[in-house]
Amino acid sequence: MGQTIIEKIVSAHANKQVKQNEIAIVNVDGVMATDTTAPLTIKAFQDMGGWKVWDAKKVFLIIDHAAPAPNEKIANLHTFMREFAKAQNIKLYDIGEGICHQLMVENHHVKPGQLFLGADSHTCTYGALGAFATGVGSTDLAGVMLTGQTWLKVPASFKITLNGKLQRGVSAKDLILYIVGQLGIEGATYKAIEFTGPAVELLSLDDRMTLSNMAIEMGAKACFVDTTGLELPYDFDHIYGDEDAAYEKEYLFNVSQINPEIATPHSPDNVRDIAEAINTPIQMAFIGSCTNGRLQDLHAAAEILKGKRIHPDVRLIIAPASQKVLLDALKDGTVEILTAAGASFISSGCGPCVGTHQGVPGNGENVISATNRNFQGRMGNRHSNVYLASPATVAASALNGKITDPTTLKEAFS
Amino acid sequence: MIIKGKTHVYGDNIDTDRIIPGKYTKTLNLQDLADHVLEDLDPEFRSRVKQGDIIVGGSNFGCGSSREQAPLALKKAGISAVVAQSFARIFFRNAINIGLPVIEVKNHSINMNDEVEADLKNGKVINLSKNEVYEGTQIPEVMVKILNEGGLVPYLKEHKTYS
Repeated sequence: MGQTIIEKIVSAHANKQVKQNEIAIVNVDGVMATDTTAPLTIKAFQDMGGWKVWDAKKVFLIIDHAAPAPNEKIANLHTFMREFAKAQNIKLYDIGEGICHQLMVENHHVKPGQLFLGADSHTCTYGALGAFATGVGSTDLAGVMLTGQTWLKVPASFKITLNGKLQRGVSAKDLILYIVGQLGIEGATYKAIEFTGPAVELLSLDDRMTLSNMAIEMGAKACFVDTTGLELPYDFDHIYGDEDAAYEKEYLFNVSQINPEIATPHSPDNVRDIAEAINTPIQMAFIGSCTNGRLQDLHAAAEILKGKRIHPDVRLIIAPASQKVLLDALKDGTVEILTAAGASFISSGCGPCVGTHQGVPGNGENVISATNRNFQGRMGNRHSNVYLASPATVAASALNGKITDPTTLKEAFS
Repeated sequence: MIIKGKTHVYGDNIDTDRIIPGKYTKTLNLQDLADHVLEDLDPEFRSRVKQGDIIVGGSNFGCGSSREQAPLALKKAGISAVVAQSFARIFFRNAINIGLPVIEVKNHSINMNDEVEADLKNGKVINLSKNEVYEGTQIPEVMVKILNEGGLVPYLKEHKTYS
C-alpha cells in the first residue's frame, strides 16, 4: 500500500513508517505564534519550567492581530512578547511588517516537505508549499518550544481533483468558497486534504495560499496543494501521494463551471452563487487578511476601481498582507489607483478580519469581506452581517454600494 | 474521574468566536475571558452559570480559530466539562491541554438543566434526569495521560518530553 503526502511527511519526522490513525511523536521544523496566542504560549512555556527554547532559529513571533496596539493592555502584551524574543534571541516581526502566514512564506521560514506548527488556525496555509502545517493552541506550541517535538494522530486524507480552468474574473477565492460550500464546515474535520489536477498547476503561489488557507473552514487538519507548476526562489523536492495510497474520499470538480461565489451570514459554508445575493446593500468593504491581502488580490481590486470612485455610502478598507506587498503595490501604482478610488489603507495585519480594531462595522450594517470567516460577531459586532467573497467581488460591490458580480462589469473584464 | 453537573445545551457548530469573541482574547487575566464567555450566543449565560456546570453541544463544537482562550474562558466561568456529539480538532486538543475534560458522545438527548454525570475513565455520559446512558468515544492514551495529570503544563513540567 502506498502513502499519502501526510503519511510521507509524518514518517520522515517520526523516524518510522506511519499510517493513518497512528499516533506519532514528531520532530518539528518550526513554530510561530501571534499576539493573540504568544502571551499564553510564553506563560505556559515558563510554567513548564522552560528556560531556553529548544532552537531559537526555529521560533517566530509576530505582532499582527492587534497591531499597532489599540489600548494599553494590548501594548503591554506586545512588550511582553518583545522582551521574551530579545531574551531568547528569537526573530520577532513587529507591527506593520505583515500577517504571520504571509511572513512565514515570504521569508522562507517554512519550506516544502517540512512539518511546521503555528498557534493560529490558518497555519494550514503553508500547504500551498507542500508543507505539513497545522494550527495548535498556545500550550501545545509551548510544548514544542520546550521539547522540539509534539504528538499527533496521522489523519486520513481526501483527494480533491480540480479539472478545467477558472473563468476570467473568477479567482481561487471563489474556488475555495465553492468547495467549502460543497463539503461543509465539518466536511473535512481531522482530515488532510490534497488538492491536485490540471487546474491547480495553473495557480500562482498567491492563489495556492488562498486555496489552502480556508481548508480549516472545513475542519481540516492540513492541506496540500500539488506543487507541480509551483515556482519558488530555491530548489525543492516535490512530494506526491502514491497512486495506490488510501484516500478516505475522492472528489472531482470542474472549475470552469464555477461562478463568483459568496458566503452569506453567519457561516463560511453558507455559500451561494453570487446571483442569489446580488443587490444586497453594503456599507463596508474589506480586502486583506491571510486569505486575500496579497499583491494579486490588490491588483484584482485595482483592475475594477481604476479611474473610478467607490459608492459614497461605502467604506473600503484595505490591509496589505505584508510590508513587502505594500511596497510592491506602491511601486507599481496599485496603491495610488485604490486610494484615488476612495480606499482607506491601514497597517498590514489582521485587525478587521478578527474584530479587534481598525474597522468594526456598526449595528445592522452589511460588510463584504475578502476574508475567511463570517461567524456572528467575527468582525467585532454581532449586530452586523458579513459576506465573504473574492477581492474582485468586494471591489465591484464597493463601487456599486451593493453586492455585485464582478464578471458583469464590462469595463473591467472586456 | 467522574464529573457531575447541570447542563447548558447548545446546537451544532458553536464556533470559538461565539465562545469568546476575538476582541477579548488579548489578555493573560482569565477573569477577563470569563466575563465575556458566550456573550454573543447566550447573553444570560454568565448570570446563570454555576460552578461545576457542564456545557453540551451538538456536532463540531469549538470550530474556527485556534484560540486556547475558548476552553480557558469556559473553565474559568465554572464549567467542569464539555460534552458534544463531535468536536473541532484544535478545540478538543486545547481543552485537554488546559485540563478541561471533553467527551464526545455521538448520540445523546440531553436537555437544558438536565443533571448529567460524565464518566471519563469509562468513556460514557449518564443522564440522571432521564435515566439514560450514552456511550462516548475513546480518546488516545496520550490524551488520557495528559488529562490525568491536569493538562499539558503539569505533564511536561514533570516529564520534560513526549517520548
